[in-house]
Amino acid sequence: MAKPQIVKFHFPQCLEDMPLGPSAEAGILTEPNAGWRVQRPVIDHGKCTKCLMCWVLCPEGVIDKEPEELAIDLNYCKGCGLCAHECPKKAITMIREGEFDD
Amino acid sequence: MVNVRKMTDTEYLYGHKACPGCGLGTIGRLTLKILGKRTIVTLPASCMSTVTTQYPQMNYTVPSLTMAFAGTGAVLTGMSAGLKAQGITDVHVLGFAGDGGTADIGLQALSGAVERGDDFIYICYDNEAYMNTGVQRSSLTPIGANTTNSPSGTASYGEKKPKKNLFEIMIAHRIPYAATASSAYPYDFMNKIEKLKGIKGPRFVHIMCPCPTGWGFASDLTVAMGKLAVETGLWYLAEYENGKVKMNQTPKTLKPVEEYLKGQRRFRHLTEENIKEIRENRNREWEEIKQKWLT
Amino acid sequence: MIEKENGSQRDFLNGDEAVAYGAKLCRPHVIPVYPITPQTIVVERISEFIANGHMGGEYIHVESEHSAMCAAMGAALVGARAFTATSSQGLAYMHEMLHYVSGSRFPIVMMNANRTLAAPWNIFGDQRDSLAQRDTGWIQVYVENAQEALDMIIQAYAIAENDAVYTPVMVNLDGYVNTHTYELVTIPAQSEVDEFLPPFKSKNAIDFEAPRSFCISASTEWNMEFRYQQHEAMNRAVAVIAEVDRKFGEKFGRSYGGLLEEYRGEDAEAVLVGMGSVTGTARIVVDRLRDRGLKVGLVKLRFYRPFPAEYFKALGRRVKAIGIIDRDLSFGYEGAVASDIKAALLGSGAGPKVINYIAGIAGRDITKENLEEMYRKLFNRVQGREEPELQFVGMRW
Repeated sequence: MAKPQIVKFHFPQCLEDMPLGPSAEAGILTEPNAGWRVQRPVIDHGKCTKCLMCWVLCPEGVIDKEPEELAIDLNYCKGCGLCAHECPKKAITMIREGEFDD
Repeated sequence: MVNVRKMTDTEYLYGHKACPGCGLGTIGRLTLKILGKRTIVTLPASCMSTVTTQYPQMNYTVPSLTMAFAGTGAVLTGMSAGLKAQGITDVHVLGFAGDGGTADIGLQALSGAVERGDDFIYICYDNEAYMNTGVQRSSLTPIGANTTNSPSGTASYGEKKPKKNLFEIMIAHRIPYAATASSAYPYDFMNKIEKLKGIKGPRFVHIMCPCPTGWGFASDLTVAMGKLAVETGLWYLAEYENGKVKMNQTPKTLKPVEEYLKGQRRFRHLTEENIKEIRENRNREWEEIKQKWLT
Repeated sequence: MIEKENGSQRDFLNGDEAVAYGAKLCRPHVIPVYPITPQTIVVERISEFIANGHMGGEYIHVESEHSAMCAAMGAALVGARAFTATSSQGLAYMHEMLHYVSGSRFPIVMMNANRTLAAPWNIFGDQRDSLAQRDTGWIQVYVENAQEALDMIIQAYAIAENDAVYTPVMVNLDGYVNTHTYELVTIPAQSEVDEFLPPFKSKNAIDFEAPRSFCISASTEWNMEFRYQQHEAMNRAVAVIAEVDRKFGEKFGRSYGGLLEEYRGEDAEAVLVGMGSVTGTARIVVDRLRDRGLKVGLVKLRFYRPFPAEYFKALGRRVKAIGIIDRDLSFGYEGAVASDIKAALLGSGAGPKVINYIAGIAGRDITKENLEEMYRKLFNRVQGREEPELQFVGMRW
C-alpha cells in the first residue's frame, strides 16, 4: 500500500495489553488533517503536464502520481497552497472551503 | 540523477502534524523514498519528532527512535556499531535533527560521531531557530532575525550574530561527504541523497527549511523564500567530497538582500543600518567563498 | 594466572580488571565507554582484549559519557547487547540518559565506580554518585569485592534481559577500595558463561517486517500507565534476582543471597546495614564483637533498587537497634539509605533504635575501630542513653 490508511486504533484495555516500553506500531494513522485547511487545491487536468513538481514539493505527500490524472488525498491535504504556487503551468487553483457544493 | 517518474509512490512519512507549508515534510518524504524501507530514523527533540510521533498516530512507516536532544550523533554511532557487530548490512542509519539539535546542544555528539568515522547519514534541517519550543534563537539564526528570546525592541534589533558555519565545521573534520541544500531546490537535494547513499562513513547534509510560522510568511511561499535565500547569497548550495568543495549554484549577480528580508515578519523591524550590516556581511562571506572555492 | 580443569582461571585481579573480564565473558556487541578515574582500568583492559583478538564487539571511543549512554541505547535499539562503565562526574553527565534508557526498557548493563561528586573535586570513593541516581529506574547492586564484581556483571545481564524485567542494571564498586585493590579472583570459563547467559534476542528492538516507533511521546492520558508498567517490572525483578543468584550458585559454585545477605543476624540485638566494600570490614568486626559476647550482626544491602522493604519491616521486629552506614548525604536531612530504611520500618509496628552514620565520604577510611564504635553507640541507645540519630564518623573535630 503506497500510503498508510486511517485505522480504528484499539487502545490497551489493561496493563498486559501495553507494549513493552513506550513504543508504538509505525505507520498508524487515526485521524485526518483535513480539518486544518481553509482552502483546497483543484487541478485543471487539461493544463497539467504531469511534470510532478507538485508531487515532489508537497510536504504532506497527498498527491498520487499513480493514476492517469493526478489525484489528491483530501484527508491529509492541509491547504498550504505550495503546489498551486509552484506549478509551472498554473494548473492548480486554491479554492476556499465552503465554496464547494459538497 | 534522480528520475521522479521512476521514484516509488510509497510514502514513508505521511499524515504528520507539521505546520502547512513546512519544508520538513518534503525533506522527510523525499529522503526516505530514496533511502528505502530499510532505514532507521532517529529524531531528537525537534519539530520533526513532535509532529510525527503523537501516540497512537505514528507517521513514519519505517522504524524510528525519538531521542534526547543532545544525543543524535551518539545514537547514530551506537546503531551503526550495533548493526555491524551483529553482521547486519544494507541498512541506512539516518538522523534528522534541527538546527538546535545539531549546531548547539548536539554539536559535541555530531563532532564525535564524524571524527570516529561511523557509518550514518545526518540531515540537519535548518529552520533557523528552536521552532518547536516557540521560535527561540539558535546559533544558526541569521543576523537581524526577531526571535522570542532575541526579540527586536528599542534597545535591540534582534539576533546579532551570523549563522555558525556548519558546512565548514564538517569539512574541518575531513568528513567523506557534506553538502548544503534547500527544501526549495528539491531536485538538487534528491540528487545529493542519491549520491551519498552509496558512500561509506559519516555523511552530512545541512538543508535550509524555511518556516512559514516562525519566519512569518504565507504557507505557499516556502519555495519562493528558499529560492530568494540562495539568489540573494544568504544561503548557498555546495558539496564537499574527496577533499574538494563544489558550488552547485553560483548566481552571477546576487539579488539585493532586501528582496529576501522584506517578505518575512521576522525581519520587518530592520532599519536601513541593520540591512546594511546584513548586506556587508553577505558580501564579505561571498568574497571568502569566491577565494576559497571559486578560483 | 592458574588454569583449572573446567576452563576457568584463577588470577590476581583488581576490581576494575574483574569487571573487564566479566564484560568480556558476556560477549557484548557494543561497548561505548569514556574513561574516568577510577574506572579507567576497565576501559583499558577491554580495549586490550579487543586489540589482541580475545574479545569481539565494537568498542566506541565516545566523546562524553552522555554520548556513551546514547550510543548504548542506539545499540540496544537494534538488538545489540551493550556494556558501558563510568563514575561520578560521568554518571552525573549521563543522568538524563539514565531516565531515557530505563523508561525505554532497554536492558543495558553499566558498571559504576563509586566516586564522590565535585565540588570540591576528589577522585576517591563514596556512594554519592549512584545514590543520587536512585529514582532513575535502574536496578542498582553494590558489590563487596572483586569476585562479586565479576560475577555480578554476568548476573546483571541475566536479570536485565529476563522477559519479565527488561530494566537496565548498574553494578557499583567502591572507588579505589574495590576498583584498585588486588584480590584472587576466579574467572569462569567462557563456555560455562555461554551456557548460563545465552545470546541476546531482544524483544524490544527494531524489526523491518513489523516497524515501530520507539521512545514516543506519551501524553498525560497515557504516561502514568507506562510508569506503572516500569514500576511493576522493577517489582518483578525481585524474584528474578533471587532466581538468577540461585542458578549462578548451581553453575559456578558462588551465590550471594539475592537482594541482601545477613551475616550472623539470627539472634542479633544490634545490626549495622552497609553497602559495598565496608561490609567486608564489618564482617571482621562482627566476629570480633561476637567473640566478646555481644549479639551483633550485619546486613549487607546488595540491591538498593528494587528495595527490600518487606525485609526491613520484619527486621524491625527482630532487633533492638539498627545502625545505617551512609557513604552519602542528602544535605539538609540525612543519608539516603537511612531514609529508605526508616520509611520501611514505619510499617513494622516495632520501634528499634536507629542511628544513621555518615561515613567514608570521598575515600575517608571506615576503620574497624569506627565500626566497633558504631555498634557501641547502638547499644548506648538500646540502654536508654542519649545518642544523636545522625552522626558523622571519623571527622577531624
